Amino acid sequence: MEEPILEVRELSKYFRGSVSFLSKKVRWIRAVDGVSFQVQKGETFGLVGESGCGKSTLGKTILGIYRPTEGSVIFKGRMISHLPRKEAKEVRKDIQYVYQDPGASLDPYWKVGSTLSEPLAIHTSLPKESIRNQVLKMLDDVGLKEEHLSLYPHEFSGGQQRRLGLARILCLNPSLVILDEPTSGLDVSVQATILKLFKELKNSFDLTYIFISHNLSVVRMMCDRMAVMYAGKIVEMGETQAIFNDPIHPYTKVLLAAIPQVGKKLNREEDLSLSGEPPNPENFPLGCRFWPRCHYKMDICESVEPVLAAGTDGGWVACHLIGQR
Amino acid sequence: MDQNLKEALLVVTKLIVQFHTDRGVVKALDGAELRVGKGEVVGLIGESGCGKTTMARSILRVLPSGGRIINGAVFFKGRDLLAMEERDLNTSVRGKMITLIPQDPFNSFNPVFSVGTQIKDILKWKGEAKANRGIDETIIWDMLGQVQIPSPEGQLKKYPYQFSGGQRQRLMIAMALLPSPDLVIADEPTTALDVTVEAQILRLMTGLVRGREISVLFITHDLGVASEVCERIVVMYAGQDMEDGPAEILFSDPRHPYTIELLESLPNPEGKIRDIPGEVPSLIHPPEGCRFHPRCPSARGSCSRQRPERVEVALGHWTRCFHPVR
Amino acid sequence: MSGLRLAWIKFSRDRLAFTGFLIILCLILTALFAGVLAPYPEDTFKIRPAERLKPPSLKHFLGTDSMGRDIFSRLLFGARITLIISIIAVGASLLIGVPLGLIAGYFENWLSELIMRIADVFLSIPQIILAIFLAQTLGPSIPNVILALSITYWPWFTRIVFAETRVLKNAVFIEATEALGTGPLQTIVLHVLPNVSSPIIVRSSIGMGYTILTAAVLGFLGVGAQPPTPEWGVTIAESRQYLPEAWWYATFPGLAIFLVVLGFNMFGDGLRDILDPRIRRGFE
Repeated sequence: MEEPILEVRELSKYFRGSVSFLSKKVRWIRAVDGVSFQVQKGETFGLVGESGCGKSTLGKTILGIYRPTEGSVIFKGRMISHLPRKEAKEVRKDIQYVYQDPGASLDPYWKVGSTLSEPLAIHTSLPKESIRNQVLKMLDDVGLKEEHLSLYPHEFSGGQQRRLGLARILCLNPSLVILDEPTSGLDVSVQATILKLFKELKNSFDLTYIFISHNLSVVRMMCDRMAVMYAGKIVEMGETQAIFNDPIHPYTKVLLAAIPQVGKKLNREEDLSLSGEPPNPENFPLGCRFWPRCHYKMDICESVEPVLAAGTDGGWVACHLIGQR
Repeated sequence: MDQNLKEALLVVTKLIVQFHTDRGVVKALDGAELRVGKGEVVGLIGESGCGKTTMARSILRVLPSGGRIINGAVFFKGRDLLAMEERDLNTSVRGKMITLIPQDPFNSFNPVFSVGTQIKDILKWKGEAKANRGIDETIIWDMLGQVQIPSPEGQLKKYPYQFSGGQRQRLMIAMALLPSPDLVIADEPTTALDVTVEAQILRLMTGLVRGREISVLFITHDLGVASEVCERIVVMYAGQDMEDGPAEILFSDPRHPYTIELLESLPNPEGKIRDIPGEVPSLIHPPEGCRFHPRCPSARGSCSRQRPERVEVALGHWTRCFHPVR
Repeated sequence: MSGLRLAWIKFSRDRLAFTGFLIILCLILTALFAGVLAPYPEDTFKIRPAERLKPPSLKHFLGTDSMGRDIFSRLLFGARITLIISIIAVGASLLIGVPLGLIAGYFENWLSELIMRIADVFLSIPQIILAIFLAQTLGPSIPNVILALSITYWPWFTRIVFAETRVLKNAVFIEATEALGTGPLQTIVLHVLPNVSSPIIVRSSIGMGYTILTAAVLGFLGVGAQPPTPEWGVTIAESRQYLPEAWWYATFPGLAIFLVVLGFNMFGDGLRDILDPRIRRGFE
């Protein structure tokens, strides 16, 4: 098996939370807690979960916006998580991040043409002419036109802004692109157009994607493999189709059952519905973080955290139930 | 009239709404029509700019500044809301007979007042009591219990920030149901919520509404949600209503080309992505005739000159198209 | 329709702001063309004892002063002085205050603390008192007035820029450009600065009003411009002994100061309205 393009080992990212007034003890927000996975070159790897599960933080930590609290990120065989500034800049060229809110990621004061040329201006010493040509080519690749260069971000629609975000990062020819909620807020038809674009660009530019999304139908369509996250940890991971056909972790089951689908009537079985709220990140329950809401909870779940273990057919699950099977 | 007006709770006819902006006149609704029967859950679906939110706002006559209702009528229980005096509308209809569940639970509460105060305020304005003290809290506790907020007695003193998004939306539902309305307009009530929370809320809403014979106008852009929750669906595009029929039939056997395109562009497991060519038109200079015609594969002849009338293509199933499919 | 044209249309609908704009325009034109517009341009230095303290007439529109000089002409030249003082003073405050604010806002270290505490010290002293103290210590003259005004006004810029920068620091597009590898200096100058420009512009306009007023106060107290300079505050000071009979002597310079300060304030307010929504959020 070829070496993976990206490997994440026991990666954790904690943020300072509230400080208790009396004891002065700091509570940590454990946004990402001991996450490990690998991404193969050329695949689309999905990171799935609901708000607060840590998927966006994980993406930003991989990229380097956040420094990991623990663990490491290995990219193309090289450890990139604790690099000094200068070398980090080199790496930044090769891993790019597409923001969830595309309009917000574009400077409202700058004409879009300048924003698109910026990465090249920073990382290369190409003359203005060459940069402009590159930008024009990129615009064409994402389906926009030359006259768009002199407009401001707010003059574009949501779908167009997303294309701009893509064009900007593609100028640098990255190998790995982290897409953070790339279709949120988009109409169904616009979403389809954007997804088509992602697929085309992946082929023409030989890209690898990490696809962060809470929209499971989109993930099912776009991702080869995926990891389901809950409260900062991966609970299930494997081939997308396999997971959708036969989810093993109780959370995954509930998540997939909750997806609204055309032609499906509301499920009357209370068995598959989820009650309660996700846990407070400053105060995770002991043991498995999902046990307060789990229908299959056993005694051991309240005290021992399950480890992500390999199951049959290449999947991974973190659940005490697996031991019983 | 092609539907018995006596059975219908809400009938919107030929509604034309425009917005005057710095850039020109936005023709947001172009003679849109809609019917909601008693105890019926009707889904209003469409993409951005289709006019669904404008429709909701026009029914309650709460359009933002610059919005004008040019023509049309909104019959509610036999009376035209558009012809009503503002005062009457405010005291008897808004927040009483017709209530609204707004889109964004995170911003719908006033952060500096407790939740209890805000709920009681609504009941006070509606004449249930002269002052907040006169309101029987047990009614509120009962409703909170029905929307599955645990230990309701202690919750009224809390502030909005102490509740999660899902809980706030439950509170919103409680506030919408407390006045015992005839019609609830739910404007994208679950769009901002996570999918598991959304499932809980949808289940809750359908349960509550069914028990009380309340009609719901459910606005959403998520076709899956509409399919799960609604009995009837109205599809809108660029300010015009395009198709109107029972949910099961509309989704399995759509007749309007736009509905078909919309369904085909949904993500599907096989991985083939189909999108609709072209872009949503500008509402300042919309296309003539049927506004979908520039992107429609079946467009020909009068499509670009005349707006199609509502035609019943099957029992209870209407479409506005000169060339409905099949 | 281009953004600029739309902004202009919106601006001209705001009557107060537009009036302010006209006043400022008059001030600038007056300052530029004082030599041509003044009926008695030589009155900045020449005296006519025979025409002392004449009331307004056809010959002297606004009357004459204690030296027989035409008040109208001296007012026009005074406009020039006023404008120069305030432009340089506000400009200098800007050049000191804005970079300090940017640095203090973008970085979160001992340097930011230091800058802001120094700014706080200056802000805690009532400005007029500080200006008077400085002007007196340095010696009364126009350059010293400018210096004193710059020293008292820079913290206002710093504070505003600091607050805006702190907020902007966490904006997504700033994070995005940092993620692309843009260094701090480039980020601050190319990205943060343009986006804080609207509060800076608004504050500059209001600052003009403030400096004009304070300059006049300093002139009035005798610690700023000195006679025979036709500065407005100096003129009012001169007029004191001749009041209330020679009412025109104090009224017209006073009116001039009032109008100009009002004009800058109204203009600044109007700018605030059009600049913010247009640039921050785009239309709609």
